[in-house]
Amino acid sequence: METFTGVTCPFCGCLCDDLEVTVEGGKITKVRNGCAYSLTKYLNYNRDRVAAPMIKEKDKQVAVELPAAIERAARILAEANYPVLYGWSSTSGEAINLGIELAEEVGGAIDNTTSVCHGPTTEALQELGLPGCTLGQVKNRADLIIYWGSNPLQSHLRHISRYTIGAEGRWRKSRDDRTLVVVDVRKTYTARVADYFIQVEPNRDYELITALRMALRHEEIEQDRVAGVPVEDIEELADLMMGCEFGALFYGLGLTMSYGKNRNIDAAISLVRDLNRWTKFVMIPMRGHYNVNGANIVFLWLTGYPFAVDFSHGYPIYAPGATSAVDILSRGESDASLIISSDPAANFPRRAMENLFSNPLIVIDPHRTVTSMKADVVIPSALVGIECEGTAYRMDGVPIKLKGVVKPPKGVLSDEEVLRGILTEVRRLKRGG
Amino acid sequence: MELLITNAIVYDPINGIDGEKIDIAVKNGKIVETPELRDAKVLDASGLVAMPGGVDIHAHIAGPKVNKGRLLRPEDHLRVVRGRREGLRPIVGYTIPTTFTTGYWYASMGYTTVMEPATPPLETRHTHEELNDIPIIDKACFPVVDSNWFVLEYLKEGDIDGCAAYLSWLLRSVKGYALKLVSPGSEEAWGWGEGLRGIDDPVPYFEITPREIIRGLHRVNKLLRLPSPIHIHCNDLGSPGNYKVTLDTMRCVEDLAEMDRPSLHIVHIQFNAYGGSGWGDLSSGAPELAKYVNSHSHVTADLGQVLFEDTTTMTADGPWQYVLHRLSGNKWVNHDVEAETGGGIVPYEYRRKSYVNAIQWTIGLEFALLVKDPWKLCLTTDHPNGGPFIEYPRIMTWLLSSKAREATLARINKRARRKSLLGSIDREYTLYELAIVTRAAPARILGLEGKGHLGIGADADISLYRLDPYTTDLSKDYKRVREALRWAAYTIKGGEIVAIDGEALNTSFGKTYWVDVKVPERDEERIKRDLNERFERYYSVKLENYPIEEGDLRFSSPLRIRGEGV
Ligand code: SF4
Ligand SMILES: [Zn+2]
Repeated sequence: METFTGVTCPFCGCLCDDLEVTVEGGKITKVRNGCAYSLTKYLNYNRDRVAAPMIKEKDKQVAVELPAAIERAARILAEANYPVLYGWSSTSGEAINLGIELAEEVGGAIDNTTSVCHGPTTEALQELGLPGCTLGQVKNRADLIIYWGSNPLQSHLRHISRYTIGAEGRWRKSRDDRTLVVVDVRKTYTARVADYFIQVEPNRDYELITALRMALRHEEIEQDRVAGVPVEDIEELADLMMGCEFGALFYGLGLTMSYGKNRNIDAAISLVRDLNRWTKFVMIPMRGHYNVNGANIVFLWLTGYPFAVDFSHGYPIYAPGATSAVDILSRGESDASLIISSDPAANFPRRAMENLFSNPLIVIDPHRTVTSMKADVVIPSALVGIECEGTAYRMDGVPIKLKGVVKPPKGVLSDEEVLRGILTEVRRLKRGG
Repeated sequence: MELLITNAIVYDPINGIDGEKIDIAVKNGKIVETPELRDAKVLDASGLVAMPGGVDIHAHIAGPKVNKGRLLRPEDHLRVVRGRREGLRPIVGYTIPTTFTTGYWYASMGYTTVMEPATPPLETRHTHEELNDIPIIDKACFPVVDSNWFVLEYLKEGDIDGCAAYLSWLLRSVKGYALKLVSPGSEEAWGWGEGLRGIDDPVPYFEITPREIIRGLHRVNKLLRLPSPIHIHCNDLGSPGNYKVTLDTMRCVEDLAEMDRPSLHIVHIQFNAYGGSGWGDLSSGAPELAKYVNSHSHVTADLGQVLFEDTTTMTADGPWQYVLHRLSGNKWVNHDVEAETGGGIVPYEYRRKSYVNAIQWTIGLEFALLVKDPWKLCLTTDHPNGGPFIEYPRIMTWLLSSKAREATLARINKRARRKSLLGSIDREYTLYELAIVTRAAPARILGLEGKGHLGIGADADISLYRLDPYTTDLSKDYKRVREALRWAAYTIKGGEIVAIDGEALNTSFGKTYWVDVKVPERDEERIKRDLNERFERYYSVKLENYPIEEGDLRFSSPLRIRGEGV
């Protein structure tokens, strides 16, 4: 029996690094400190695993040896004119790094899941910037916490206890030292523990933020209600924001994916910028997949852009809405795909899926997914943070090294190793080997 | 591999070689005596100038700040774009190029060693990931330590030994090379949205002044016997009248300094050399600062020259970046790092016709020309703050040629031109002096013994330029000189030719330097207890997940040092 401490959980953007995992006879038998979601994931990580590499032959996936699967994957990519390489948010930075190199090599478009979640955040940020900080700053200093369009008690279970109202920090010792505000379209779990709950009408966040900015400047708001919220409440919230010592705004898909999208984030950034004239105020997006931020970060230092990067001309072209995977697939332009640690079949539009399935498709994933069931090549991989190590970036940008605590199934390699194999093979094929 | 470079005109200031035609012999990556060679490849360098590979003491090339700059500026990446080529990754960006571009471009200019001068310790794993992906050059990074809670607490208690032991642990944990101070104490104040003025304003709650922090870290640096002095970005950076704060900073360690040895390195001094009381009457503090530097031996500086460019400013100086955002109205990223430091990013364009920007331009050059001893100076732009490193050759020609300066002076803001004494300075650097400020001095200040010279045993990092100093008038032909310095004819790194005519040839990788300092055991034990007790209260990560393993660096190159008392 062995107990690992300081284990980092690879199941959401909180990247809690304080788990204690007990391993007996090569199996995980106990996990301490993880949230309920993480526990379920840890205890079931071995379910629905892909047993062996598979290649589709006559419409049937048949098990093959790994080198054969890697060779087929490489051949598909090397022969394609315009392959799409998509996913990347639930794997290691090291794997993402190789993914970019592979995309350059095959002249493909590479994209991560940002394009379907926090893409608007990124675009707003490119326009305006972002006043942010690490989560420990919030834990130590923040006396005002706002969750906007985000329900951490269901999506990021330990966010509250580790970093915000439940955390003990240098200047904030207990719950009473902090005020919690939730802005959402419905009374979520998180809203129930809030000191203030502001119920905004669906798709009217932009108006509410604009009204808040007016209230900050003490401008008269003519209506009685804005976006369904009484003006007195808006003014009270504005006072609360101006009067705090350190405010932190966390926002989720409720804001990025509601009507207005990047205009909402533009407005929120402007609001936080305004607030910095009176006090200290920061904002942090609630990133979902544990390493989606890492995908943005690695993409950036290698290509200059955070997602949706097209290498079909040899150099990176970035045009979200045109070079994002879902758009290329919907337009039917790509002629092969590699999907890694993601299951787009679960959320891509039908047109995109039709193209994905009608062209050669490679899936690299530890688990069987809807997408992998239709793939031409399926390569199982080890789970980063459980079966192999790797670097990930928390939602606030803090990099953390994930450990491997058990061995992967026999013959199963990490994403990083699989990709290195494919890249080497692609290069051999292109040299005419 | 063996290489014999013949007929080059060599400038090697550390060995006192000033434009002599001598052979350079290379074996196994080092400079050797010529007779040691057996079957060397001969490189005939007739008509070329040879210098040690360039050493950049201060350029923001990797890490969370730089990468947020990339995110903030998609428009910058369209300025230079080139597709991949055999063995070479694509080239993208200008003021914040991708990591691969950074390495190729330094090599193309004949630079082989570069320092990333500000990394937040907590996020230094990120910095190393990027450094790992910068090809060709050797590199290192400096953790920012002046607002670090452990440091503030040890210094407040007067526990210099504890502070030293803690910082030896920190440098080893994050694989850092030197101690960096950024507007001492002010990032902690900025955690509350506040700033500090001068060096005697106490840090909120910690009740310690920048002066005490500077003096404390100066002493720690000596205790740890670090190869390089403390690097300090002075308080009040960017504000009119701040040259006085720079003087205070230099003076405040006079009594601690051993007068024959530099022990304080002022980074990008141009940004801290402002006179006047506001932007309208901004004036140059360069003469006062140069006077001080000329008469004291404990201080060195790098330039932080500005160029008339649309660039990206980024510092760990959160309050300054906020001021710049408010002044310019430009987009703004802020990023505070718990218990350690902060930082901000703002795009900024220096315009020739702007009074303020033109004065800034003159200040840097005035300082460079008024400091008599080039060993006290390094050429930098604080890349990308004053402008991108790829434009260094323009600064080199301004130093070498009064004609080059006049040509630019003629085109800047008139009032700035009238006010500046730059036009009246006729000093021109020699190539020997240029080799000092771009190679020898930075290598010396960094304590990198194998760098910055071509003596026996030195690393075989050599740059050759298409420049014949006997037939070229450096002053008159400055445009040609600029081109020659921009595209090295050959760049040799560790004995291998890595670039020819300004084109990188391959994607090889250099070393990452860091320091591993031993401190007295009792201090080490003591600080371990403190860390166990306090670290997890201060941070949002576990203590055991903070250190970076040596294996996480692509080519780790530690300097093992015994601190005082070991
Ligand atoms: S909050 Fe997220 S990172 Fe933390 S234990 Fe739960 S799933 Fe894992
Ligand atoms: Zn700097």
